[in-house]
Order: sequence, then C-alpha cells, then structure tokens
Amino acid sequence: MPGKLKAKIVAGRHLPVMDRASDLTDAFVEVKFGNTTFKTDVYHKSLNPQWNSEWFKFEVDDEDLQDEPLQITVLDHDTYSANDAIGKVYIDIDPLLCSEAASVISGWFPIYDTIHGIRGEINVLVKVELFNDLNRFRQSSCGVKFFCTTSIPRCYRAAMVHGFVEELVVNEDPEYQWIDRIRTPRASNEARQRLISLMSGELQRKIGLKVLEMGGNAVVGYLQCFDLEGESGLVVRAIGTACTLDKLSSGSAPSTNTHIHPNTAPASNACNSPSKDGKESPLAHGCRSTHNSPVHSACSSQRLSQNFSVSVPTLIFTGMGSGGSAGKDAGPLKTLLRQQTQTALEQREFPFFTLTSFPPGFLVHAGGVVSARSVKLLDRIHNPDEPETRDAWWEEIRQEIKSHAKALGCHAVVGYSESTSICEEVCILSASGTAAILNPRYMREGCLDIGSTDHRFEEPSPPSCGFCHIPYDELNMPFPAQLTYCYHCRRQKVPDVLFTTIDLPPEAAVTGKGCLIQARLCRLKKKAQGEVNATAISNLLPFMEYELHTQLMNKLKLRSMNALFGLRIQISVGENMLLGLASATGVYLTALPASGGIQIAGKTPGDLSNEHHILTIQKRINDTIAKNKELYQINPPELTEEAVGSPIPEPRQRSRLFRSHSESSDELSELDLSHGKKDAFVLEIDDTDAVEDIHSLLTDTPPPTGFYSCNTEIMPGIYNWTSGVQMFTSVRVFRLSNANLTNQGLNKIFTDLCENLLKSFYFKLRSMIPCCLCHLNVTVAVPEEELIQVAVTAVAMTFDKDQTQEKPAEKVIQKGSGEIEEQLQFPLELCADSSSTSTQQSSKISGTVSLLTPAAKLCHNQLVMVRSAGVPETSNVSSRAASVDYGSFADRCSTWLELLRLKAHTIRRGSVKTSRRTQSLAHSVSSLERGSPLPEGRSRSLRSNRSFGGSSVTVVKMTPLSFLPGTRIIKYLGIINMFFIRETTSLREEGGVSGFLHSFIAEVFAMVRAHVAALGGNAVVSYSMKECVLMENPNKNQAQCLINVSGDAVICVRETDQEPVSSSTNIGQSCSSGTDGGAT
Amino acid sequence: MAVELDVFVGNTTIMDEEVYQLWLDGYTVNDAVKVRMEGGVLEECETSADVLLSDTMDQYRTFQMCERLLHSPAKLANQLLFQIPPHRQAILIERYYAFDDAFVREVLGKKLSKGTKKDLDDISAKTTVTLKSCRRQFDNFKRVLKVVEELKGPLVENIRQHFLLSDKLARDYAAIVFFANNRFETGKRKLQYLTFQDFAFCAGQLINNWTVGAVGEPVDHQRSSRVYMDVDLDKEFLQELKELKILITDKDLLDQHKSLVCTALRGKTKAFNEMEANFKNLSRGLVNIAAKLTNTKDVRDFFIDLVEKFIEPCRSDRWTAADMRLYLTHYTNSAHILDTFKHQVVWDRYMGVIKSCIFKMYHD
Repeated sequence: MPGKLKAKIVAGRHLPVMDRASDLTDAFVEVKFGNTTFKTDVYHKSLNPQWNSEWFKFEVDDEDLQDEPLQITVLDHDTYSANDAIGKVYIDIDPLLCSEAASVISGWFPIYDTIHGIRGEINVLVKVELFNDLNRFRQSSCGVKFFCTTSIPRCYRAAMVHGFVEELVVNEDPEYQWIDRIRTPRASNEARQRLISLMSGELQRKIGLKVLEMGGNAVVGYLQCFDLEGESGLVVRAIGTACTLDKLSSGSAPSTNTHIHPNTAPASNACNSPSKDGKESPLAHGCRSTHNSPVHSACSSQRLSQNFSVSVPTLIFTGMGSGGSAGKDAGPLKTLLRQQTQTALEQREFPFFTLTSFPPGFLVHAGGVVSARSVKLLDRIHNPDEPETRDAWWEEIRQEIKSHAKALGCHAVVGYSESTSICEEVCILSASGTAAILNPRYMREGCLDIGSTDHRFEEPSPPSCGFCHIPYDELNMPFPAQLTYCYHCRRQKVPDVLFTTIDLPPEAAVTGKGCLIQARLCRLKKKAQGEVNATAISNLLPFMEYELHTQLMNKLKLRSMNALFGLRIQISVGENMLLGLASATGVYLTALPASGGIQIAGKTPGDLSNEHHILTIQKRINDTIAKNKELYQINPPELTEEAVGSPIPEPRQRSRLFRSHSESSDELSELDLSHGKKDAFVLEIDDTDAVEDIHSLLTDTPPPTGFYSCNTEIMPGIYNWTSGVQMFTSVRVFRLSNANLTNQGLNKIFTDLCENLLKSFYFKLRSMIPCCLCHLNVTVAVPEEELIQVAVTAVAMTFDKDQTQEKPAEKVIQKGSGEIEEQLQFPLELCADSSSTSTQQSSKISGTVSLLTPAAKLCHNQLVMVRSAGVPETSNVSSRAASVDYGSFADRCSTWLELLRLKAHTIRRGSVKTSRRTQSLAHSVSSLERGSPLPEGRSRSLRSNRSFGGSSVTVVKMTPLSFLPGTRIIKYLGIINMFFIRETTSLREEGGVSGFLHSFIAEVFAMVRAHVAALGGNAVVSYSMKECVLMENPNKNQAQCLINVSGDAVICVRETDQEPVSSSTNIGQSCSSGTDGGAT
Repeated sequence: MAVELDVFVGNTTIMDEEVYQLWLDGYTVNDAVKVRMEGGVLEECETSADVLLSDTMDQYRTFQMCERLLHSPAKLANQLLFQIPPHRQAILIERYYAFDDAFVREVLGKKLSKGTKKDLDDISAKTTVTLKSCRRQFDNFKRVLKVVEELKGPLVENIRQHFLLSDKLARDYAAIVFFANNRFETGKRKLQYLTFQDFAFCAGQLINNWTVGAVGEPVDHQRSSRVYMDVDLDKEFLQELKELKILITDKDLLDQHKSLVCTALRGKTKAFNEMEANFKNLSRGLVNIAAKLTNTKDVRDFFIDLVEKFIEPCRSDRWTAADMRLYLTHYTNSAHILDTFKHQVVWDRYMGVIKSCIFKMYHD
C-alpha cells in the first residue's frame, strides 16, 4: 500500500445549460481512480456549483499511481432518466510522485467532452502521500524525472549521461474492437483516450525502471509517439536519454537568454592546450541512409551516403570499421581518449542520445547525419504482452544506424530520433541522428565535476570549431569528401559541408545569420496492395532521399552557407504518392570553407539560344546568391579582393600570431596553397531534373525584412532576445483536384503550399518585427488520397535589432566594462592556473584583459569591422567544373566538394574565444545589462503586472524551445503528455473543418495551460504537437481529430528576479515576462 | 485544387484590430479582404492576396468563437479557451459594444422588441450601416437592458461592472437603456437635428436628477426593487411638479416673476425685447411640461415639448446661446425671490435639468 491519493472537488463554473426548462444544471461529480469511484452531492440548479466536497481518498500501489490517470466526470443529475455526462477531466498525477516536482495540483480545469469540446471548468485539488517502499523488486519507478527538453534542463547539471532508453507497448485500438459497432462515438473516444493515457503511463513507468537499473534518476529528451496502426493495433513507443542529474542551487543556474552555460569557461581552458595531433582527428559531414523492405531480404538494403557516391540500387559498405577510424598517426593521448570512450560506449547496446545540445565539452566531433528507413507490412498484433515484432523492427533499424555511425568513425549517435509513417498496411519506420564522438567523462563514474576535469581528456581543439573536425580517417574516408584544414584553428581537417541533426553548439563560431532551408518533394506512385506496394515504396525511397539531399545542397549553396543543423527528413506515405520534406537550419560555420556558388552549364555548348537561356539563369542565380549574402550578413563583399588574392595575407598571419601556436605557419601555407582557386557546383540544365532543381531553388522567397526563421532552438547570429513570445500551431490541408498530375506539377503545388504557409506566418506576425521564427517544426501527411496536410508548430520571438551583431558576452563586456573589472580577476586566474604555462598562453590572456578594459568599446568596433571581412565572390569558376557530367553522382559530388574555398581567417576568432572565456562573468553581469533603464521595457512590465493582477487566469507561456527569453527556469514541475480526441457530427455548424480544428487546437492549448497552472507553473517549454490526425467526411457532416502534445511544465521567473550571486549589480528589472509583448 | 483547411492558432490569441473593426462593421470576408487590399497592406508587407484571405478568414473565425464570450464580458477574463492579454480584452469588449451614432439615433427611445428588430432592414438601408452590424448593436442594447433592468443601484455603475465598459460607453448605454425604458420620442422631424450625444447628455441629466436613485439611498427598504432604480423617473417628484403650476396660474406671481427677470436682463442682451414679449408664453410652456409629466404619454413627448414650447420660439427670435443661458439663469434664480412661491426644492430639481438640457439642445 505504498500511496494514498487524495482528491477534493471544490467548484464548477460556466457549466452548460443541461435542463432546458430551467436554463440551469443539477451537476455532480464522479471521481475515479483505478476501480474505485466516489461521488459528490448533486448541486441543484446552478451553472456555477459549489460542491466543496470532502477529501476522496484512494489507497493504491505506486505502480497504479504511475499508470493510471485520475478521472473526473461531471454529470447532470436527472431524476427520471439516465444522468447526462457533461464532460471529463483526466489528471496525470505523475508530477506529484516526484519530490522535486509539484506537491499539489490545484486549479481550474476545462471540462472536456469529445463531442462538444470544452464545457465549463471545474476546480480540483489533488495530493499524494507516498510511503517509502523498500521492495527491491518493485515495478514502479516513482521519482524518476522526465523531460521532453533535448538538452540538460536549465536548473540541473548532468553528473552522468547513461545513454539510450527505449520501450514500446502495444494494444488493440478500441476504435477497431467489435464493441465499437454498438457503443456511442463518445464512449469509443473516451475508451481510446483512457487507453492511451494508461499506455503512456505504463510506458513511462517501464522506462523509469530501466533508468533506475542504469543508476540514473532522470530521462532527458523523452520522445513518446503513437502509431495508430488501425486494424493491427495501437503502438505507444518512447525513447530518451537516461541521465543522473544534480539540481543546481538557484545561484548557479545558468541564465537562459545567453544560452551559454557559465561552466563552459573552465572547459574552454583546454582549447589551446598544446597537443599537436592535427591530422589525427579528421571529420566530415556525410549522411548515410538505408532502406530495407520486408519483401527483400536484409542484404538488399540500399544505402546512400550524402555524397551519393553510391549508385542506386545496392551498395554495401565495406571495411569502414570503427577501429580504422582511430587514425594511424594518432597521438597517444588521443588514442587513450578514444579507447576510453569506446569502452564506455560500447558496453551499451545502442550508444544513442536523444539530446540535441550538450553540456560543454560533451560533443567532441560530429561526423554527419546517419539515417535508416525500412518499409514494413503491418499485421495484427496477436499478443499485446509480447510486442516482439515491433521491437525487432526497431532493433534492426537501430543496428543499421549504429553501423553507419561506425563507418563514419564515430562511436555514438546524437540528436537521435525515430518516426513512422503509416498508410493502410504499409509502414515506413525511420530513424536518424548525427554520428559523433563524445567526451567520455560524462559516461564514467566519478568524473562528474567539470571543474576538476582531467585535462588529458579535454579535447584538443577549440570548442568553437572542434566539433566540425572530421572523426573518420582521412585516408580511408567513408565517402569522397573534400577536406581542408579547419579555417578556425588550422590544425585539423574539416569537410566542405557538414550536415547534422543537432542544434548549433552555442560555442560554435558562426559568420552571419542562419536561415531555414527546406527541401520538398512529391513522388507519385501506383496504388497497390501488400508486398507489391511495399516494394514500390522501398524502391522510391532512395531516389527521394537523393533528390531531397540535392535540393538541400543547392539551397545551401544558394545562401552561401556550409552547414545544416537540426536536419529532419520526413517521408510520408499515402495511397498514391510519397511526400518528402527536409527541414534544417543553414549556417555559415567559420571553421568550414566557403561555398563556391552554383554554375549552370548546358549540354550543347554550340546552341546560341540555349546559351542565352543559360546565361539568364546563371545571372539570376548569381544575383540570388549575392542578395542572400547580404540578407544573412555572410561576408559583405568589401574584403573580397584580399581574400581571393594572396593565400596568406600578412595581417591575417599576424592575427594568428596573436593566437599563436608553434606549428601554425607551416600548416598555413600548405593549406592556403592547396586552395588557390575556387570551384562552383555545376548544374546542367539539359537535364529535366536540373531544370526542376533550378526552379525550386529560385522560387523560394526570402522572408520579408525583419524576419528570420530557423528550425533549431536558437537562431545562429541572433543573441539578444527580448521577451515577446508567440507560440503557434498552424495546419493546412490541400486538396488536389486534378487527377492527372505529374511529379513536377505535384512538386510545384507542394512547394507553393509550404512557401505560402511561411508567408502567412510572416504576415500574421508582422507586428512582432524584428522577430525570428524558431523551432519551426513542419510535419507533412497524406491523410487521404488527394489530400496533403502540413502542420507547423513554432515560436516567434522578438529580439533587439540594434545589437544583433554581437554575441552576448561581447555586448556585456562593452557595456559593463567598468564595473566588471574586479570580478574579472577570478576567471583569469583560473585560466592561468589550469592551463599549461606556455608563453602563448599568457599572451592570449593578456589579449583577454585588453578586451575587458574600458577601451573595450574601441576594440569592439574594430572587431566588428574585421568580422565583416568577406569570402570572395565566386568570380573565377574553374573551367574544369563545366565539363562534369551531371548524370554521374560521384562526379557531381566531388564537384561540390571542391567548391568551398578558403575564407579569411579573422581576428574575430580571438574575440569570440575571449568572450567565452569570460562568460561566467557575462552571466553575472547580464542582469546589469538588462537592468539598463529602458523606459519602454519598464513601462511595459509595469503595465503588464498591473493588468494581470486583475485576471483570475494564470498566464501560461508556451514554447517549443527549452527556454523562454528573459526568464530563468527555477523549477521543472513534470512532463505534460496529453492525448485528446474530438469528434463532431455537426461539421457545418461548427464552421466546417477549419472551424472544427481551430476550436480543437485552441481547446488543447487551453487544457495544457490549465494543467500547467494547476501544477503551479507558468510556462511550458519544449512543447510539441506530435500527432495531429484529422479525418473528415463532409458528406456525412462529420469529422474526427486526434491530437497528442507534450512538453515540460516549469516555473520561470524574470531573469532579474531573485538574482543570484551578483545581486549587487542588479539595478532593476526591465524585462517583462508577463506579457506576450508583440502579439496582436 | 483548393485549400481545404487552413487554421492558425496562437497561444496568445492573435487579433488584428483593423480586421476586428471590419468584422464588427459587418463586412463579409471577401469585402474585408478588398478593404484591406485597398489599404495597401499587400505592398507594405510584401505579401499576396491569398495570404490576406487566409489571415482574414482565420481572424473572422476567432472573432466568431469569441463572440459568445463577449456577450458576457466578465467571462472573458476568467475563461480558459483564449489567452488574451487584459488590455486587449478591454479593447475587444469596448469595440464590440461600440455603436454607430447614426444607428442608435434611429432606435433611440424605441421599444427594444422583436418588432423593432424587424425594422432593422430599413434602418440599415437608411443609415448605410450593414445589417449585420445593426443586429449586433441592437442585440447589445437589448442584452444590456435585460441585465440592468433586474438590478438595483446606480445604472451607469451596473453597466460598467457587468459589461466592463469604459465610463463614457457605460454612460451612453445608460442613456440608451433609459430612453428605451421610458420610450422617449426622438424620431419626430422636429427632433432630427439633435444628435445622439445631445440626447445622451440629457439622459445623463435626467438619470442623475430625476430618478429615485438620484436622491441617494432609498429610505424605505420594503418597497419593490424597481422603484430604487435609475431606469425610472421618480414618481413622487413628478407628482410634486404639479405644484409648480402656481407660477403660471397665479397672475401676481407670474407678473412678479416676469418683472424680476426683466429687471435683471435689461441692457444685457440684444434680444431683450423679444424676451420680455415672450416671457409669459415661455414660462407657461416650461411649467406646463413639468405639470404634465405624471402622464406617461407626456413623458414620452418631453423632448418634443421642450423643442416646440421653448426652443423653437427662441430660435425664431434669434436668441444666441449666450442669451439662452442668461435668460434661463435669471428665470430660475428669480423664482427664489418670489415670496409666495414655496416649492423651491422641486423648482431647482426641475429647472436644473431643464436648463442643462436646453443648453445642450439649443444649437445656434
């Protein structure tokens, strides 16, 4: 009897009129947990009943506490006939089971009915008393914390990262049981909601048990999904990363708007520890994917690398074991590191991490995207207790991913996620992640403290570029790639382009701003059944993936960028088509070579008209590239000449001396000589595909002035968020009425659909300018034969335009230079002590100091100027490139690889390093900077405080990000994971499908907010809508929709409130967190 | 090929004030899109007509979903469905309850019944306010009337609290409710020159001075609640007004009053001669209005009587507003000096309102 659950029903309000005669309602409430039910008295004739019930007590196992929701049903009493249900509230009591989360649930909950939607509200109080249970064989896992956030939660510190946890439960879908034929839609919907709630509870409990077994206390990056397999059942599966988290005292909690952990400061000491193993840890981008279908044996699986050196249909990788990638000339330290890491990781079945951003120093190298897909035929799940088939499927895919990672010389996969797309009996399972090499210290017991880090295991490369260095062996590359020396540290090799599924590491050196890059693709397929269908789909997949990659690459080049973060490729299957959507955030990584542009070539050079045509297109492309460079502030062209001209410009070398390492000059010349010329990627337009490519390239319209967009947590290049936050969900369904569509026509429609959707966001949110759409998460589906559904959840955040040029630390230094000089001593001493005492080191430190003196402002201006130094325009295109045959994948790729060229190495690196060095300081001073008496901000905050005081509803902010700008999360209250079904038989009356879905989404938001508020929270972070399945039948005037949402309920306070250590510098609060500022 | 479904839902409900106004004004989605395009928003925001249409539809849907809440504005503050910042809630409510002066002028003083609702077509055609907007405004009037006629206490305050309106708008609604309840005639041709604001001012005067609530706390709590309200005129006071007749029936008193007024006015105005000549007529007019107010029919004709018996004669004699002010001030004050006139309190309560109403209604 390890727990007592207590519930009290206080009151109701805004109830619907249930008795037409009196225009009133005789309401009472049933409270149910497990098989026990209590009832309140009937409160006669009121729409605002005051039950004020006794405490209903349920004595239950903690296992049940985890699995079951508390079910509250509001009914209208009827003397003569059956009581009418008004609606229900399901309360997940999991947050109460964890001592660190919420202690009581208390508040107004919307009373929800699957047919009528929200019908009034009910005020409920819930408490749990847990008794200690020492039973070792217990089935519960109370106390394990769950986080949707895919990074270490803001007020915790990762003592240890244990690794991948997964679980899967299956059941029959109540909608497909025989009983469904005789019960009401309401009963059926409620059975489904309840079942899914139970299943997710069970899933969470089982995952918790695994975490406890591993010795962890939390799951981070918890991703739970439903597969509605129809006839064959209902699958609920989840993956996550088991961790041991330590709660940080409030004083050391990192500030959220700088997105830099204060404790990165000591970690960066190692960035110039003098280990020379330059060539050893090579790295690359690369994306491998596979497809296999059940109808083919495993050996027929097709693999593609991002470079498309693979010719479809089949190629199997050989000889790229992880051992080989350790590098022949590896320094002893490096080898040691690798061995240690590998042992730590190889003990695990799957060295996967669902995290997308990491504690400083965790990620050593990122190798590239690895992905695997498999097409399966669904059959009925016969025994729900043994979901082996589904487990085996995923196991297969994960093995695939693991071997891809190995081939890239990586021992781990980060930013890992899994998804499915189901159409009738065909199911595509997909998994993707970023192959990576991780620092073992988080995986080992007893090496938790970053401060006391063993320096032998610090990565030898600076964090601002280290992750770009290739992890695989240069001489034995998994695919042809163009390697150059890192443009930042010049010591190790980097690829020309890097694709990843993770967020941009906050310490990464970036030039200009990032932007959302999408590749969209439609492919028709014949309608078919069973294996024929599955085969057809699996045959199409590699081509789709290839096309998507080509589009991504072209669009990346068109923006002169060289890396993708947050890459997510979704392939959705319908009866007669496949939809592919790849979204990512393009960035110019300073460490990687510049893009060489795109050159158009014709196949028949003699033809004059053709020549002219080509010239026109070429001009358009060049114009677009130039425009984009300006738009994203990538290398304004002033310094072009210099950069192209001499390989080693004198001033730059001097700047390097400032940073100085001994071997630099040799390497430099070697590097620069090898990249004297620039190549451009060649597109041949005789090829119809290429024409399509070019069109899709040029139809993308850039966001209007003042808008930026990305699909990652933070926008590269924007650092000073203000408090305006507007989370939104948008859904569009497009009906294709033309039966004779071609692939191209379809592509155009799909592309326009996506583009128009973005345009409408820009328009709707225009009052928030300057603003950035972050975490733009787009999902596509083919709900019916001729329908395309696109659903988007994102957040618009305002930022301060004036300061977008600077990283926060620099900004702080500039503003607060006078005040912070004293505090400065500490980090500097720390630097000097912990690093080896080379002269270079000290010269570097002196550089730091000079930046921090009151003259910093001057320095700073200089830096900005230097940063604007540009990459050369693609003025000289190699003639060789023009001869490349488009048809050959390999050649095409290698051309790309040669495109990217030397870029000026600027003093800016130094400055960024400096800022990172002092970021603990930046944190402590950030309050000061924020506290600057901006009259506007102040008045806004005053106004909002005043006005919100009068309202009885807590304002709950929601965001798909892991933080809210201008605020600090002080407590995580538990995970929100809710599943709702809404159905209507009066579709027209509710305003058609749009009206129906509009109110349903609004209701879902309302219920999420109410639950968060009842837990005592004021925000949801890492919010996501994982499922939105809409089925309609306008002829019958019916529609049904299922929505699944999740997120982390938190309490956050304005950054300046309860200021930690540096409270002396706290002048005042100017950042208002109370209002969604710019929203109109 | 068509967009089958298109929704956008923000955690904070997004509402464009311009579109809200178009919605309130009863524009269809397509007309609203046209208006917005003419406003140049396309060029300004580098966007397309499709986007504008989609946005307008979205907003219209949101407003329709909110409309139910706007019917009882207090709910808007503690409902959970839409997260709307309070200052924006206030704007939504205020705009929703705002009305067109042209429209309200047509229904002012009419019974807010189904019959009148049927006439909305004609009113819409006459005022060029769309029928949809007319209906909203009319329903607002009815809703406010229905709520406050059940309530005790000061009318304006009740409206403000139940509908969360600004003071100004609450006063306007009080005037509308007051006119509807007493059925004051405002539609006659002779009254056409008066604006709604003229009447609203007069209603304010009447509410503040001639109702039971105006006297302060009700003395006798046993009486029915309706009596305490601001919606009805104070019956006792109306009875007392009959006593004022002495001012015109008693010949001595009338002459005495006239001479006092004329003495005071002499040399101060160009219209003196006309004033002197018309004194008895004008005085009879005003006192007769007072004496007849016990009849419901005459209450309805209150404004028309004021115009016919007083304002029109003065206007034909070309009095200026200053003349009017001068005359009425002395006319009122002189009555206090009359030895035999005992009804000073009633006189002041009556003339105070009459004076301000006439000042407001007398347009040069």
